[in-house]
Amino acid sequence: MCEAGDGIGSKQGFGVKFIIAIIKPFKLDEVREALGGIGVEGMTVSEVKGFGRQKGQTEIYRGAEYTTNMLPKVKLEIAVNDALAPKVIETIQEVAGTGNIGDGKIFAFDLADATRIRTGETGETAL
Amino acid sequence: MSRTYEMRGNSMFRKFAGAAGAIGASFIASLSFGTAAIAAPVAEAVVPVANPGNNAWMMTATILVLLMILPGLALFYGGLTRSKNMLSTMTQIGATACLAMLVWVMWGFSLAFGSTSYEGTLGLFISGGSYFLSGMDASTTAATFTDEVISEYVFVSFQMTFAAITAALILGATAERMKFSAVMAFVPIWLTIVYFPIAHMVWAGGGLMFEDGALDFAGGTVVHINAGVSGLVLAYLLGKRRGYPAEPMPPHSMVMTMIGTGLLWVGWFGFNAGSALEADGSAGLAMINTFVATAAGALTWMVIEKMVGHKGSALGFCSGVIAGLVAVTPAAGNSGPFGAILLGIASSAVCYFAVAKVKAKLGYDDSLDAFGIHGIGGIVGAIGTAIVYQPFLGGPGDGSTAMSAQLWIQTKSVLITIGWAGIGTLIAALIVKTLIGLRVSEEAEVDGLDISEHGERAYN
Repeated sequence: MCEAGDGIGSKQGFGVKFIIAIIKPFKLDEVREALGGIGVEGMTVSEVKGFGRQKGQTEIYRGAEYTTNMLPKVKLEIAVNDALAPKVIETIQEVAGTGNIGDGKIFAFDLADATRIRTGETGETAL
Repeated sequence: MSRTYEMRGNSMFRKFAGAAGAIGASFIASLSFGTAAIAAPVAEAVVPVANPGNNAWMMTATILVLLMILPGLALFYGGLTRSKNMLSTMTQIGATACLAMLVWVMWGFSLAFGSTSYEGTLGLFISGGSYFLSGMDASTTAATFTDEVISEYVFVSFQMTFAAITAALILGATAERMKFSAVMAFVPIWLTIVYFPIAHMVWAGGGLMFEDGALDFAGGTVVHINAGVSGLVLAYLLGKRRGYPAEPMPPHSMVMTMIGTGLLWVGWFGFNAGSALEADGSAGLAMINTFVATAAGALTWMVIEKMVGHKGSALGFCSGVIAGLVAVTPAAGNSGPFGAILLGIASSAVCYFAVAKVKAKLGYDDSLDAFGIHGIGGIVGAIGTAIVYQPFLGGPGDGSTAMSAQLWIQTKSVLITIGWAGIGTLIAALIVKTLIGLRVSEEAEVDGLDISEHGERAYN
């Protein structure tokens, strides 16, 4: 956030990546701590449901089996400048991983704009 | 005054065969209470006075049974339903219990334990008199199994809670689709033609199964088989819930169900140990049995889940608790502790098989397994009581009735209860179906009975 990104003009956005990570819920605290350590100053966290290769899980009530096709996950949304982005992705991948299916996914894309509601600042200063 | 005692004397309440001999002359024996002759003329019978200790225990036991209903059963059943039917399930239970209480003091007590014993066949099925509790006041008493007495109002209250919970138990089979108005219409008819006669047959002097020597300490037949079979008949008449069994209908709150299970277990001590009608050793026996049979039932269910390749579950634990409690109900004062453990294990295993395997094959929709656990567990308990009663298993029986003979007596009482409850429920339900209909509309069912029947939601 403090350093200027490389070549604002070369991209459509303003040198900021928007990262969405879907992780296992029990990894949230570890990931949050690790990201704090590398300079990430904010994120949005939500509890979500979905499925991938892990598919769903089976619930059994008095012998009646129900297969739920959605599993609970945690979604992180983080906006960081381009320089920090690879480090963030690498950190999440390392910390949130258990080596099993169902560890989650990380998506990243260029952010077009950002506005700080309190001051009306836009662009990278709004982060 | 003495009229009252003689009347009560005719309607003795037996829950275990060992008491039969003591019953006849038990009241007059209470003459020996204190130095009764001081003031009373010799010619007049001395008024038996309730022992405060026994009275205090029976009042406590009565309230414990109320705790089983509200909030125990309400939470147990409520948690098992989908969240859109939580209030409907709990409200039906509460309102049913209240209605049963009022019916009980108007004519229920009369038909089951009333002061007038009828001669001949009629007396096998019902009694009369005592309508609107006539002839009772704070000084009248009811007999126990020894020469003690308890206040009659306490006895009426205690038995009242049994009628209330039995009617409420049925609602587990009808949950999530029966109209509130239909429940309210069904309950008084059902109590009158099913519950009161069965309670009389099993527990009142002169009753059909009482005279036959059937053992039912706290209501294996009267309460559990009765409620289970009645629920099953209603479940068939109502039809399956919309979407069952294709659509998943998991319990909306296992936490509520667990809380309800705990309250049921605690309250059950009033139910079982209270059925001794005194704070005596028989109550103590019922107490220890209500602990260990239940513990064995709970763990057995979880072990079976593990054995068939599932995980030991919270619902399995709760189901096992109830299966154990139901089975030990007729045996509470009729078994030694290790016989009770065997009963808990057997009941849990059979009930598991009934709800997890048989139910799916037969295709009826007993929403919360009122039949699968109360009906089946009650049958295991009622028949098993003949075995655990025997002295070789540490039971309190003296061996004077051969086990095979007792088994047949117990089996007959089970068959009579099944038949009576099944036919009676069919009649009561068809009357209600004709008059107001049993089932809510499809739209009301999809929206949930909380909003469509009561105009509320459980969770906002």
